[in-house]
Amino acid sequence: MSRTDWEVVIGLEVHTQLSTQSKIFSGASIAFGAEPNVQACAVDIALPGVLPVLNKGAVERAIRFGLSVGASIAPKSVFARKNYFYPDLPKGYQISQFELPVVVGGALNLLVPDGKGGAYEKRVNLTRAHLEEDAGKSLHEDFHGMTGIDLNRAGTPLLEIVSEPDMRSSAEAVAYAKQLHSLVRWIDICDGNMQEGSFRCDANVSVRPRGQEQFGTRREIKNLNSFRFLQQAIDYEIQWQIDLIEDGGKVQQATVLFDPDSGETRAMRSKEDAHDYRYFPDPDLLPLVISADWIERVKGELPELPAALSARFQNDFGLSIYDATALTASREVSQFYLDTVAAAGHASAKTCANWVMGEVAARLNKAELDITASPVSALQLAGLVQRIADNTISNAIAKKVFDALWNKEGDSADAIIDAQGLKQVTDSGAIEAIIDEVLAANQKSVEEFRAGKEKAFNALVGQCMKASKGKANPAQVNEILKKKLG
Amino acid sequence: MIDSSLKEIAAALRAKTVSAVELATESLARIEAGNATINAFITVDRDGALAAARAADARLAAGNAGPLTGIPMAHKDVFCTEGVLTTCGSKMLSNFVSPYDAHVVTLLKAAGAVMVGKTNMDEFAMGSSNENSHFGPVRNPWNTDCVPGGSSGGSAAAVAARMVPIATGTDTGGSIRQPAALCGITGIKPTYGTVSRYGMIAYASSLDQGGAFARTAEDCALMLSAMTGHDPRDSTSLERDAEDYTRDLAQPLAGLRIGLPTEFFAEGMSDDVRAAVEAALAEYRKLGAVTVDVSLPNARLAIPAYYVIAPAEASSNLSRFDGVRYGHRAAEYGDLNDMYCKSRAQGFGAEVKRRILMGTYVLSHGYYDAYYIKAQKLRRLIAQDFAAAFEQCDVIAGPTSPTVAFGIGEKSNDPVQMYLSDIYTIAVNLAGLPGLAHPAGFGAGGLPVGLQLIGNYFGEARLLGVAHQFQQSTDWHARKPAV
Repeated sequence: MSRTDWEVVIGLEVHTQLSTQSKIFSGASIAFGAEPNVQACAVDIALPGVLPVLNKGAVERAIRFGLSVGASIAPKSVFARKNYFYPDLPKGYQISQFELPVVVGGALNLLVPDGKGGAYEKRVNLTRAHLEEDAGKSLHEDFHGMTGIDLNRAGTPLLEIVSEPDMRSSAEAVAYAKQLHSLVRWIDICDGNMQEGSFRCDANVSVRPRGQEQFGTRREIKNLNSFRFLQQAIDYEIQWQIDLIEDGGKVQQATVLFDPDSGETRAMRSKEDAHDYRYFPDPDLLPLVISADWIERVKGELPELPAALSARFQNDFGLSIYDATALTASREVSQFYLDTVAAAGHASAKTCANWVMGEVAARLNKAELDITASPVSALQLAGLVQRIADNTISNAIAKKVFDALWNKEGDSADAIIDAQGLKQVTDSGAIEAIIDEVLAANQKSVEEFRAGKEKAFNALVGQCMKASKGKANPAQVNEILKKKLG
Repeated sequence: MIDSSLKEIAAALRAKTVSAVELATESLARIEAGNATINAFITVDRDGALAAARAADARLAAGNAGPLTGIPMAHKDVFCTEGVLTTCGSKMLSNFVSPYDAHVVTLLKAAGAVMVGKTNMDEFAMGSSNENSHFGPVRNPWNTDCVPGGSSGGSAAAVAARMVPIATGTDTGGSIRQPAALCGITGIKPTYGTVSRYGMIAYASSLDQGGAFARTAEDCALMLSAMTGHDPRDSTSLERDAEDYTRDLAQPLAGLRIGLPTEFFAEGMSDDVRAAVEAALAEYRKLGAVTVDVSLPNARLAIPAYYVIAPAEASSNLSRFDGVRYGHRAAEYGDLNDMYCKSRAQGFGAEVKRRILMGTYVLSHGYYDAYYIKAQKLRRLIAQDFAAAFEQCDVIAGPTSPTVAFGIGEKSNDPVQMYLSDIYTIAVNLAGLPGLAHPAGFGAGGLPVGLQLIGNYFGEARLLGVAHQFQQSTDWHARKPAV
């Protein structure tokens, strides 16, 4: 069978670290980067006699997430103990949710790049999202022949978001992960910092012959902390599974790790040595009861969601779904865009979109700056867009003005246009004079054009623009030149 | 002086006929004299006790003392005490000094009570005879060849032997009531959620409840009043204010309906216990109470349900004792798994291991529904039985233990016989109800018999009042062992 005869099935489990001040069951701080074990209190160390107390802030964030993906919030959910021994798991069990999670169902609508410059829409359903505590860290380096334990991370609140096996390619998996990443930051429940482990993906991957209804046996790739690794790991895993089956082998259910250096996945443990976690309801915690009032209050505090804003951009501003999606990638980008449109005028919404996604995004990207630190403000950009709209400057000149704004050569587009004399020439007399000069100096091109060489016309237009230092209105140049040569 | 009631001691302290330092010294002397025989204490904190006593005397002098200020007392070694060894009766924690105080310890400190030491107990509160302690068995002050009951055997024996007037205990399946009965003193386990479990080393979280030992119901009421109130650090702590449990002490018994579960009076109870219990009930009737028969049809399932739920929770609660951060770690081991196995094999005693194994088994994949879920259903049925019974009566009475104190070593090789010693007490924990045991006479070998009183939820004050009225017209509680 060829590669296209196989269908890929992917489901993701994403651990998002919730942006609370303190841990999920204790008052210790969760700030990143502290000296080992200074942010581990008696509860986190699991001293004899200590008890967990649920952080309501973590629950509130779970509710916020559930509401923003159209899920149902369980009126009653239960914390369970997942029992296993490991040195960085101080209690010998992790408090998680098992049979009754706090968030059930929901879906994300994605725009997946099709690899040919376009994109298609895709809906990924969510199974559930549940609250749990993170474990500590085992530090195998730095301690000769021993393992160091850092419990600062122990008890950090996590929301584990589990998707249905709805994705059919690594591109869809990455689009889903990116969308989720953007959403959790949008609703301010997670800082999304992937280097620090605030957003970690596990990918369940299987393949099946196209047309077969039954899923193939899956392997779970653990702990992918970048979109690039997610894509690479899944692609490698797909090919590995297909090769194995085509060589007559059978995929065994297993947990695998991705090695970014080799680009390969390798099995960590098979189903046979899977733990029996002996889940049971944690008797130290009461069932988590969430009242309708609480849900209503959280609903009232939610910002306008990216999907709604994207729809508004499409309806009100006539943007394409692609542009609207790009402009709602983060609250900061959408706010910058909204501020630009508000100052530039509704009629220029499309031009504003092109600038925000084009020049602004490219320059910020190159300078590795966040949009909130953009040297060109939304107001300045709006001033620039207005001058394009009223024909004061051409697009080509506008790029020059933008550069000048970026380099702080002036406070506003108008100031720069004035100071640098960039105002577009629209006086037809002046343009005619320039054209006459160009025609006189380029007799050869004129003859070629008259001999039927269309390209010569463009060369002449270029000469005219050059002679005007780019300031001549290109449409007028075209028109008058055509008349003169006609 | 230690043999006096809390009221009398408090009055003497205020009258300055005795000081807190003198009381603490008396208590320490009695411990020193008796502990070699009774083995009630694992740790005696002489310096801490005398310092606390001096502070109590200062408080008394300043006139801001409470009813427990200056009273010597002991904590069961299951309660964490800052700076003082907290072993839970186990080799696993034989070197553990807690950096914090349990909530109960904080409250009693704040009340000015003077802790003289930590009492012996069955390892991790698992046992009914106090023979499962790493620090050796506790002996019953009435007959040192006999057990004091368990798991709070050290606290019960210490109060019975007049080493301290009051002591804390915990009760998961009878661990306050049964030793109180076997040692001839009064002990109360309040409604689940009344006493904070913060800092009380967990055995079975959904059943564990702290409580009080004293010689009388009145003293228990005074002590319990200082131990309760909502603690935000324990999610199962009830959101109720601290109560005055002495408020019903004077209430007469006329018209009190005492329910007698027919199941408790069927076979199983030894004749001497039955005789004492019947005599106590006759006394109650004399005081104006009426007895009515009630039924607890599912009570017979309490022991099997308990021995699924308690070990299940224990198997998980005790996972933190892994030798990684504190407690016993094997001196020599190979890899990580070997360190766990050796540290835990060496650190835990046989009964603890047995319950960890049972608990691990019942929670295992494929067995969970058949055992744990079924046991939870039984638990609900048992609670419903009590609810139905309390439609017909105000309190329930019966035996605390089927026999008087048994000989040391008599049941230690037969865990099931040992488990059956808690047959009358366990259902109360499964339902979360308050229970009390008070002296009700003597049985075979001149050993004490205790009557158990069970109240409806939050019925502690009434239970204590009922027992107090009984103690006003009897003197069983005033009898003391020769030791």
